[in-house]
Amino acid sequence: MLHKLLIGTALATSFAFSAHAADVKEVQMLHWWTSGGEAAALNVLKQDLAKEGYAWKDVPVAGGGGDAAMTALKAMVAAGNYPTASQMLGYTVLDYAAAGVMGDLTETAKKEGWDKSVPAALQKFSVYDGKWVAAPVNVHSVNWLWINKAVMDKIGGTEPKTFDDFVALLDKAKAAGVIPLALGGQNWQEATMFDSVVLSTGGPEFYKKAMNDLDEDSLKSDTMKKSFDNLAKLVTYVDPNFSGRDWNLATAMVIKGDALVQVMGDWAKGEFHAANKTPGTDFLCYRFPGTDGSVVYNSDMFGMFNVPDDRKAAQVALATATLSKSFQSAFNVVKGSVPARTDVPDTDFDACGKKGIADLKKANEGGTLFGSLAQGYGAPPAVANAYKDVVSKFVHGQIKTSDEAVTELVKAIDDAK
Amino acid sequence: MSTVAETQIKLTPEHDARPGASVRSRLQDLLPKIVLAPSFAATIVFVYGFILWTIYLSFTNSKTFPSYAITGPRAYQRLWRWTFESDPPSSWYTSITNMGIFGFLYIAICLALGLFVAILLDQKIRGEGVLRPIYLYPMALSFIVTGVAWKWFLDPGLGLEQTLHQWGWTSFHFDWIKNKDFVIYTVVIAGVWQASGFIMAMFLAGLRGIDGEIMKAAQIDGASTFQLYRRIVIPLLRPVFLSAFIVLAHLAIKSYDLVVALTSGGPGGSAWLPSNFMYEFTFKRNEMAVGSASAVIMLMTITAIIVPYLYSELREKSR
Repeated sequence: MLHKLLIGTALATSFAFSAHAADVKEVQMLHWWTSGGEAAALNVLKQDLAKEGYAWKDVPVAGGGGDAAMTALKAMVAAGNYPTASQMLGYTVLDYAAAGVMGDLTETAKKEGWDKSVPAALQKFSVYDGKWVAAPVNVHSVNWLWINKAVMDKIGGTEPKTFDDFVALLDKAKAAGVIPLALGGQNWQEATMFDSVVLSTGGPEFYKKAMNDLDEDSLKSDTMKKSFDNLAKLVTYVDPNFSGRDWNLATAMVIKGDALVQVMGDWAKGEFHAANKTPGTDFLCYRFPGTDGSVVYNSDMFGMFNVPDDRKAAQVALATATLSKSFQSAFNVVKGSVPARTDVPDTDFDACGKKGIADLKKANEGGTLFGSLAQGYGAPPAVANAYKDVVSKFVHGQIKTSDEAVTELVKAIDDAK
Repeated sequence: MSTVAETQIKLTPEHDARPGASVRSRLQDLLPKIVLAPSFAATIVFVYGFILWTIYLSFTNSKTFPSYAITGPRAYQRLWRWTFESDPPSSWYTSITNMGIFGFLYIAICLALGLFVAILLDQKIRGEGVLRPIYLYPMALSFIVTGVAWKWFLDPGLGLEQTLHQWGWTSFHFDWIKNKDFVIYTVVIAGVWQASGFIMAMFLAGLRGIDGEIMKAAQIDGASTFQLYRRIVIPLLRPVFLSAFIVLAHLAIKSYDLVVALTSGGPGGSAWLPSNFMYEFTFKRNEMAVGSASAVIMLMTITAIIVPYLYSELREKSR
């Protein structure tokens, strides 16, 4: 497969690398954390590494964004020019590991005790064939509601515990003349919300069967149809101008009080922080109604490539620093996510962060920590995108009924498998 | 003896001169080839080589990375099946129908508008030097800039609709960019805005090339202005039509960035063109075989347009 292509370029690259005799005191990092908060969070890691004498070099990506970075990574790897590490998501790590280009951090993992501290569900993506190939940076979860507290007080709402409560709350907001639900009509946002709807409608067992195991009977079951109906119900509460809106603009609607609530992953918290809002007084974070106790996650990982020996020391330093408790805490406080290891103290986190950490621990122990299908942690990209297509076409009316949606979903997933 | 010596003397300089001259002349013959060789090689490898490479990949089972075992035309079979899935529309069906709508309207409107503006500008009006660059200027923008600017302008909550509401015309309604059935027409609007000025310039050059004597003769014969254009000028512009058509056709088929910048794919992917489909499947969905197959189909579409054109052009020249 890829090997053949790599052999051709191996000569050139090995020649280039042979120029360095001693250890290279530099990490080359491919990532797309360039916006304010994220860049600040990553600075912590840069400083940690600088203390150990390793310089940090960003691999430039034209155009920014994850897609551009992944295209750049593909080209670099095909040319045999591996970065020390790259920010990667879910199945991408496994794809590259299957192509045999990832490094092996098992020794470091053993020494640092990652096997015990990193949730088992995450290890599915960071361990390939018994070898540690990636260092998880954080755990995001998507089944959150973000609510403007002033609006909530004005309409006299309380925390919705069930889906019906939630609909009643949205009705109240509508009656008060506020946009009830802030949604960005892009396929990943719609599908991210639908992840929560499925978990709420069918419960944890059903979510796992349908969205992670892709069990056909579950996918075309009445519960799935009900989930689509519930999604259709929610979509009636968005403003007419929602389609194509970016997620952070939808968050801004909640921050400004134009809208009551957004269903979004915990990266939305970063936007509230950037606007100097405090959880509990300015905004509220609840689990999506009916999903308390379960966590639908996605995670950023640093994939570690099989770099030449003289660059391995820098790679180990990067991986160790990434999963160190101090960095995990400092980074995730800023990023809005929770640490990728369950033994990090939550002292520095805000109320939402503390809840996130506790929920993750509980979900990890109770077996209710599930990969988000919309975020590419439930199934490989081909399937995840087919799923996003169907959900988005349902939201925008190309698919008209929940019966049709279920049929299309089964067909699309079959096609993509 | 002396004759022998003479011939020897005669022979030697000729012998000396010949190799020098032939190396130089051979070098002169070779020089253009040597100079052209790198770009020729680059074209062979990076254009035709990669075309073959793409065709090859479309018959494999390539996912994230290229795989080299031929597994048959499964990618084409899938595309063929998707071609007929109209309700609910498959992404491929949406892409090719959008290509039809966009391609036809974009080319037709650009040609009509370009010709019309060129004719108006050709009336020896004052200030033509100022007006011409104003029409031509959009072509200097990248599709991304055009896309973003029109995205803001057409957004009901931000641009035209909002502004007119503020001015008091509250019943005004224009939300095509948010509507799955109309979003492709907003791509046409932005595309036409960008390209019609350039087409205008092509027609203007064509109009300036028409012999004034013919026009005068027609006027003396009593032809009205409409007849003049309808019967004489437009038929004479035929070569310009052809060039403009080729320019517009390839711009239409390779449109990708405009759709992304203007609509980011449209509601439920309803603004996709085949190029968006190709990029999505190859790079985002890790379905390289399907992406390659769609690229091959795009290439064949372009070929179907370009080859007849080249054929007719070359035949006319050889006459």
